[in-house]
Amino acid sequence: MDPEKVIVCRCEDVTLADIRKAIYELGYTTYDEVKRYTRAGMGPCGGKTCRPIILRELARYWNTTPDKVPMRPTMIRPPMKNITFATAVEVEDNE
Amino acid sequence: MNKTYDYIVVGAGISGAVVAYELAKRKAGSILILDKDFPTAGATGSCAAGIRAQFGTEFNVSLMKISLEKFENLHEELDYPKELIGLHQGGYLVLAYSEEEMENLRRNVRVQHKIGINTEILTPEEVHYRWPMLRLDGVVGATYHARDGHADPFYTTFAYIEAAKRLGAELRKYTPVLKLLTEGEKVVGVETPDGPIYGGNIVVAAGTWSTKLLKDIGVDIPLWAEKHEILITEPLARFLDPMVISFSKDFYAQQRPHGGFIMGVSPDDPEHWFDPKDYNIQSSWHFLKKMASTILEVMPFLKDVHIVRQWAGFYDMTTDHHHIVGPIDAYDGLWILAGGSGHGFMFGPSVGMILAQWIVGEELAYDITKLNWKRFDEGKLVIEPAVVG
Ligand SMILES: Cc1cc2nc3c(=O)[nH]c(=O)nc-3n(C[C@H](O)[C@H](O)[C@H](O)COP(=O)(O)OP(=O)(O)OC[C@H]3O[C@@H](n4cnc5c(N)ncnc54)[C@H](O)[C@@H]3O)c2cc1C
Ligand code: FES
Repeated sequence: MDPEKVIVCRCEDVTLADIRKAIYELGYTTYDEVKRYTRAGMGPCGGKTCRPIILRELARYWNTTPDKVPMRPTMIRPPMKNITFATAVEVEDNE
Repeated sequence: MNKTYDYIVVGAGISGAVVAYELAKRKAGSILILDKDFPTAGATGSCAAGIRAQFGTEFNVSLMKISLEKFENLHEELDYPKELIGLHQGGYLVLAYSEEEMENLRRNVRVQHKIGINTEILTPEEVHYRWPMLRLDGVVGATYHARDGHADPFYTTFAYIEAAKRLGAELRKYTPVLKLLTEGEKVVGVETPDGPIYGGNIVVAAGTWSTKLLKDIGVDIPLWAEKHEILITEPLARFLDPMVISFSKDFYAQQRPHGGFIMGVSPDDPEHWFDPKDYNIQSSWHFLKKMASTILEVMPFLKDVHIVRQWAGFYDMTTDHHHIVGPIDAYDGLWILAGGSGHGFMFGPSVGMILAQWIVGEELAYDITKLNWKRFDEGKLVIEPAVVG
């Protein structure tokens, strides 16, 4: 299939061609760089759908498996479960 | 052996990206951009990317006028797809909650009009007519400037970096500068884990990390990292164009292109640090609670909307909330652009360009020399009344 037409990240509208350009033409070869250069993975779903696909592309570049692709340890970003503003007003903050 | 460069730019946030591009465009010489991580790894990648010309001094309004013009033409200048700069000029709506606050806004608007920034002054009725979804309890008036808005901080920075690369600049990622190298009264290069890299001019654009780099060679600057938090909601159909802010309530909120609302509110007593080893970037429940109660007063329609992500970043604060720019004349060849104080993204394109002009000895598009590093010791602070947090 034409990489221009394969959508990797639906949230941010990023194609496979965009991902490959970042990796092979521009030298952004870690997950963190590809994410920031293309915005893939920054959409509302938080990369749930597209992250595995991007990691697979990078694994091919690094000639390794997706779990060994260079990546900054992810920050834990609360809220762990999506909460509403109405609920957030009620939270006990005694950290 | 590492190559020797005419210019080494330390840091690939908006500041380093703009300076590197503007130097390359002027054919200043060979340029190396270094980042300990990658472009946008610092404050630039965590920012809200708001752009406004609604400031209160002739100085800031003039610089932001240059920045706005830059942003409006960036896709052409950098030869980058327009949608990939992500410029959206939905305006900034500044709400006033007291007569005194409104009087200050009116005074700011008089300054803005003088510079050619056509901000409107609105009554609460006019605000309600245009944006009926906002709750205006306690609002006595507002100002609105249609050319304000936001640009994508990632895309914008990478557009500058890629343009600089096309003009011959080199980018080395994952290469931290461990120490600035000096010989007598001159900088001569930088120490990295891969060994020294030599360069005749060093531009420190390392955001809040600049303080430590300079301290290690005996230069003290009053620039610290101040923790500010921010969140984004699930996407909603687009219906609110402007960034809505209030100086007295210290919040900003805006709907992004994909429909999520992005917003922040300043902490009462912000955590802050001078040394990177102390940085703490944890998000807090306290912020979530304060943000929710603040925003529901103005945007009650968000009540049942889900917050999907929350993060923290560092404002790059200086004593007078302005950049530190220009030569650090304790050493020959040492320059700085850092300390945008929570608005370093929007000022980047103008201030970064003017610094490049300063470095190559061109006439400055606007005189920013009073932002020099000595102003703190000399007691010549630059004061701006219109800042959020
Ligand atoms: C929550 C939040 C919201 C904000 N909202 C806005 C807004 O709406 N509008 C606005 O204009 N501004 C906003 N800001 C401020 C803005 O983000 C900053 O002022 C601006 O991005 C600073 O850019 P910079 O390039 O100077 O620094 P940074 O983006 O921090 O870049 C510094 C770079 O230097 C690198 N570096 C550091 N140390 C070293 C080293 N030793 N060797 C090599 N590289 C190094 C880092 O990795 C980083 O990439 C906000 C900030 C935050 C935190
Ligand atoms: S599909 Fe990529 S962020 Fe949602």
